Amino acid sequence: MGTVAAQGLCKSFGKVQALDGVTLDVPDGSFFVVLGPSGAGKTTTLRAIAGLEKLDSGSVHLDGRDATGDAPAARDLAMVFQSYALYPRHTVYENIASPLRARRRSSSEIAAAIEQMSSLLHIERLLQRRPAQLSGGEMQRVALARALVRSPRAFLMDEPLTNLDLKLRVEMRTELTRIHRSLGATFVYVTNDQVEALSMADQVAVLKEGKVQQVGTPTEVYERPANQWVAGFVGSPPISLLACRAEGDCLVGAGGWTLPRPRWTTAEDGRALMLGLRAEDLSVEQRGDASLSGELYGLEPLGDRTVVDVLVGTEILKVKARPTVTGAPGERLLVTVDLDRAHLFDAGTGLSLSEAGR
Amino acid sequence: MAVSVDEAVSTGPAPDHTPAARRLGGRGRSGLEVALLIVLAVVMLFPVLWMIETSIKDNRDVYAIPAKFFGFNVTMDHFRDVFVAPGGGRSALSVAFLNSVVVAGVSTLLATVLGVPAAWAYSRFSVRAKKDQLFFILSTRFMPPVVVVVPIFLMYRQVGLIDSKIGLILIYAAFNVPFTIWMMKGFVDEVPAEYEDAAMLDGYTRLQAFWRYTLPLLVPGIAATAVFALIFSWNEFVFAIFLTSSDDVRTAPPAIAGLIGGTTTDWGLVAAASVVFALPVLVFAYLVRKHLVAGVTLGAVRR
Repeated sequence: MGTVAAQGLCKSFGKVQALDGVTLDVPDGSFFVVLGPSGAGKTTTLRAIAGLEKLDSGSVHLDGRDATGDAPAARDLAMVFQSYALYPRHTVYENIASPLRARRRSSSEIAAAIEQMSSLLHIERLLQRRPAQLSGGEMQRVALARALVRSPRAFLMDEPLTNLDLKLRVEMRTELTRIHRSLGATFVYVTNDQVEALSMADQVAVLKEGKVQQVGTPTEVYERPANQWVAGFVGSPPISLLACRAEGDCLVGAGGWTLPRPRWTTAEDGRALMLGLRAEDLSVEQRGDASLSGELYGLEPLGDRTVVDVLVGTEILKVKARPTVTGAPGERLLVTVDLDRAHLFDAGTGLSLSEAGR
Repeated sequence: MAVSVDEAVSTGPAPDHTPAARRLGGRGRSGLEVALLIVLAVVMLFPVLWMIETSIKDNRDVYAIPAKFFGFNVTMDHFRDVFVAPGGGRSALSVAFLNSVVVAGVSTLLATVLGVPAAWAYSRFSVRAKKDQLFFILSTRFMPPVVVVVPIFLMYRQVGLIDSKIGLILIYAAFNVPFTIWMMKGFVDEVPAEYEDAAMLDGYTRLQAFWRYTLPLLVPGIAATAVFALIFSWNEFVFAIFLTSSDDVRTAPPAIAGLIGGTTTDWGLVAAASVVFALPVLVFAYLVRKHLVAGVTLGAVRR
């Protein structure tokens, strides 16, 4: 149905470089998530693909055809806006009908399409209301219906779930995944919520300051972050990063600790490194051959688990533990490290050194 | 525009905006404040009241000394004289009023048709040196009309626009377009651009998106702006008196002014003509009274 390819997108607003050579390749039928913090250029990327933003340089190909200069209407894409952008003077019915009216479909065709769409999204009883009479969740469904009512090349979604409360967001996540499966259409989905990205995506592109940091499956991005920044951005609680250098068979930390050097690193002696340790690869309850000693700094009980903050030297490690764990601040602790799952980054460039040896 | 200021003054001192009273320690209005407001109201309203009285007095009472405030003979003769010529048929004043309607109406329409799309463009698109352009547009309103009337008179004489309604329409439209652009830009800024983005993705062109989804939301703003333009064109005197001379072109303000002078002045007719002239402005000002004060701050209307 539709492939979307963006090649070297550049766009600046005054002095701010919003997009700095963004290249994305969205395969047909995939759920492609663009993930990044606010101000990373996610929305601008989406608007550039939609044709709403004039590019300084770069090209957009749709289904392999160059569509860079095309008007939005000619691109055959549908978009869900973060603000929903429902037409305030029109009823829900007319809002959803708008893309079909633009294509001069007959009113019986429109009625049939809207009926089908409203039962898919459970908005049958809202059709005669105006946007001002809808709740946030209902507006979101209507915005989705307006996009889904025709079969475009691809669907562009700009943080569609951000303005919903948590419960609704979780529901809609499942719902969107279901809709994506049943349509088999291409979705380009922008979000700053890593949970959305990891749970829904076939492919994730991580964006920072207008540059693509990494593209891969959710597992790849989580398990093998391309650089220190991606490692820090993806994952909750965030990965703990410790400054260190390689010396012989050991990693020597800036805080004075030593760990056995992981077998897979190829870093030469003396090189400044950052050791990245995810909370679930650390333990205060089990014993292993590699460990760090520190003192208890604080506990964050989260219900199903407790995050233990451990002060090692001057740096804090976040450790995942069972919810039953207890302790007083200042207490000495031994943190066991699963070195096979640790990440090493070059302290200067931030690039991952883990890939080569694995 | 004079009327909008009157309106603002008479409705201005709302109870919550009376720091003077609060300083005096009283809630609401102090006696002094009320007295001052009454004096102000009398000073402001007396000429208006006198105009209305004169327009319905019969001629003997108009010239009576001492002047009669009450107990005069009421007549509608002056109003008849405004519209009907002494020998029957249409009076010169009624032609002038018709000219005013045509000139003010067409120039406002022209300014709106040109100004609204321009305001939309300035609001939505990135234009090179946008702020400078907008300032330049506004700067044409800095000069008093008297300053430019002589050069315009000379130019109009060259191109044959002197003493023509089209000439007046063009100059009024030229004065109203900058105002329309500025006021409408404020209204357009208030309408999210995303409606148009969404419409373009629905499959409409940019102009269709503007026409279908933005324009209907701008209607109240357009109405308020148009009333301002209409009032300006309706009240305008300087260009009208310099650029027109014949009775069938002349608008109402110079025509009414022309009644004064000569050996005798028919004050009853002047007053009646003035009442007829002021009425449409008052009605329009009343219709858009909510926007009048807001409009002075150039479209700063909260949604």
